[in-house]
Amino acid sequence: MSRRQAEVADGVPGAARARDGEGARAFLPAYARMLLIREFEQAIHRLFLKDEVHGTTHLSAGQEAVPVGVCLALEPTDYLAGTYRGHGHALAKGTEPEGLAAEMLGRATGVCSGRAGSMNVVDLAHGLVGCFGIVGGSIAAATGAALSARTQGRVSVAMFGDGAANQAYFHECLNFAAVLSLPALYVCENNLYGEFTPMGEVTAGGQIAARAGAYGIPFEVIDGNDLWAVHEAAREAVTRARAGEGPTLIECRTYRHFGHSKSDPATYRPDEEVERWLERDPLAIARERLVAEGIPEDQIAALEEETRQQLAAAVEAARAAPFPDPADQHPTEHHG
Amino acid sequence: MSELEFRDAIREALAEELERDPAVLFFGEDVAAPGGVFAVTGGLRERFGPDRVFDTPISELALAGAAFGAAATGLRPVIEVMFGDFMGLAMDSLVNQAAKLWYVSGEQGSAPLVVRSAVGAGGRFGAMHSQSHGTWYQGVPGLKLVVPSSPAEAKGLLKAAIRDDNPVIFLEHKRLYSTKGPEPATETIPLGEAAVARAGADLTIVSISKGVRDALEAAEALAAEGIDAEVLDLRSLRPLDLDAVLASVARTNRILAVEEGPRIGGWATGLLGMVSEAGLHELDDAWILATAETPIPYSPTLEDAFLPSAQAIVASVRGRLGVARR
Repeated sequence: MSRRQAEVADGVPGAARARDGEGARAFLPAYARMLLIREFEQAIHRLFLKDEVHGTTHLSAGQEAVPVGVCLALEPTDYLAGTYRGHGHALAKGTEPEGLAAEMLGRATGVCSGRAGSMNVVDLAHGLVGCFGIVGGSIAAATGAALSARTQGRVSVAMFGDGAANQAYFHECLNFAAVLSLPALYVCENNLYGEFTPMGEVTAGGQIAARAGAYGIPFEVIDGNDLWAVHEAAREAVTRARAGEGPTLIECRTYRHFGHSKSDPATYRPDEEVERWLERDPLAIARERLVAEGIPEDQIAALEEETRQQLAAAVEAARAAPFPDPADQHPTEHHG
Repeated sequence: MSELEFRDAIREALAEELERDPAVLFFGEDVAAPGGVFAVTGGLRERFGPDRVFDTPISELALAGAAFGAAATGLRPVIEVMFGDFMGLAMDSLVNQAAKLWYVSGEQGSAPLVVRSAVGAGGRFGAMHSQSHGTWYQGVPGLKLVVPSSPAEAKGLLKAAIRDDNPVIFLEHKRLYSTKGPEPATETIPLGEAAVARAGADLTIVSISKGVRDALEAAEALAAEGIDAEVLDLRSLRPLDLDAVLASVARTNRILAVEEGPRIGGWATGLLGMVSEAGLHELDDAWILATAETPIPYSPTLEDAFLPSAQAIVASVRGRLGVARR
């Protein structure tokens, strides 16, 4: 079992590691999906400011390479559980942008019929077991889905943040998955802040990944802004899981471009730190690499334009959809 | 007709459902190789194999969460939380995940899981191993809450719970495990339907779980004094069969709810509120026999006085009806 660590110190990921064996062309749709997530988050941000998205919302702009890189290593039938910062998780797993946008807007055509909102999206048809408004909930949901996955030749992925690593869910479920050798992949999106608090003030040990070592689970810290690095680490973990070799934890160092939630301007983050991370925008890194590997600029630009139009059309269609009419609702507490 | 022991009824229900449906699996702390601390689940691992019946870490949150994730993806897990008092640790997954999946997902799917747990006082287990905590979960839409009172109910209701497409909390009173009774008359007993355990005309005594047994014993003693009590066994606290309660009250015009737990926030208070709302004109009297508003004490003299026993029910009815002791 490999237990490698990238050059990561003080939250500054090392340079993206070049890897062999993956043609750039396979990453082009993944780049488009990352761009779709970015455009989606920016659209939701605008709609929130226009009071069309309600309550609160937790945007994942800046973290797109993590879910997209992970899902690139999955089959469509594999399972994934996401967090309340979950728009990117859903879109990476295959949720239709129009249905997701409609859900944010509280419309009847939302993927959950407008009952879930931003934080609690479920899309079982795409293997999204749920996005969970409680920190750490995704870890349990994915662990349980791994009990199904092991009978189906599938794998199950938990996305969670650095804050979740201090929840009982994290420790109980990692131990549980390890002793049962479940086909689970624990993906920590370490964006260096648990809500408004720097990780170092509330999380002992300097990193999340090494905690997996205490449970005998292989772990790795990688550059979460590098699509290729995420994909490669996920691919290795998925291979192990499918071979019956048990769970893996991947800690992806990344950064959110927005604050924790809509009420948070994120003034607690030093300007210098923000600048440094904005320079390492995962979209720019991916684009640069695609160009370097020979994908023509105009082809990339065309795909970008197509993606932006796709997202804009999805949002407009969602905005045109009706709200659920309480008079038409026949909601039931129970199934059956 | 052979008599069935409560613990055997549970084991038979599990075995029959594991046999019937390959999606069913059963796991918990010390349930597989050791066979459970109340000797309920022995032999299941040997019969169904370690992939379907297995021991887990002492991690109630992971247990419940694993059950949720498995249930959301096609399995029908049954878990055992050894003592009901430990279910506080499992609460987030049961309340925020399992209970909400069906509704919040826009009815894409549900979480067909069962949580079995041993509850109840009277065993000198002290404050953290004796609670009847069903009411913690009664106010959670999406959950079902089942409280059997007899071996037949234990078997029929557990089989129905495992076949139900919703998350079900199934609470087994510790003082019932060694009780015996007839085999169930039907394969399953529908969830959410109360049963008249004893017909009577003078008052309705409504209870759950071991309280039904105590109420039946009390009713016999009261009958000797000329008081004809009806005993209504709710069998589920959610869904709650209010119609059956109202029908009984329409016959007797008096209702006593017996709860092994505190009055404030208890199921009995809620039930009498609903009865008042819907059937006030039928009521001549309505009252509750519950426990003191304290944690459950250890010492035998204190614990016995704390619990609403058959004798306490008889005394309460006598006092309320103004019947002098003969």
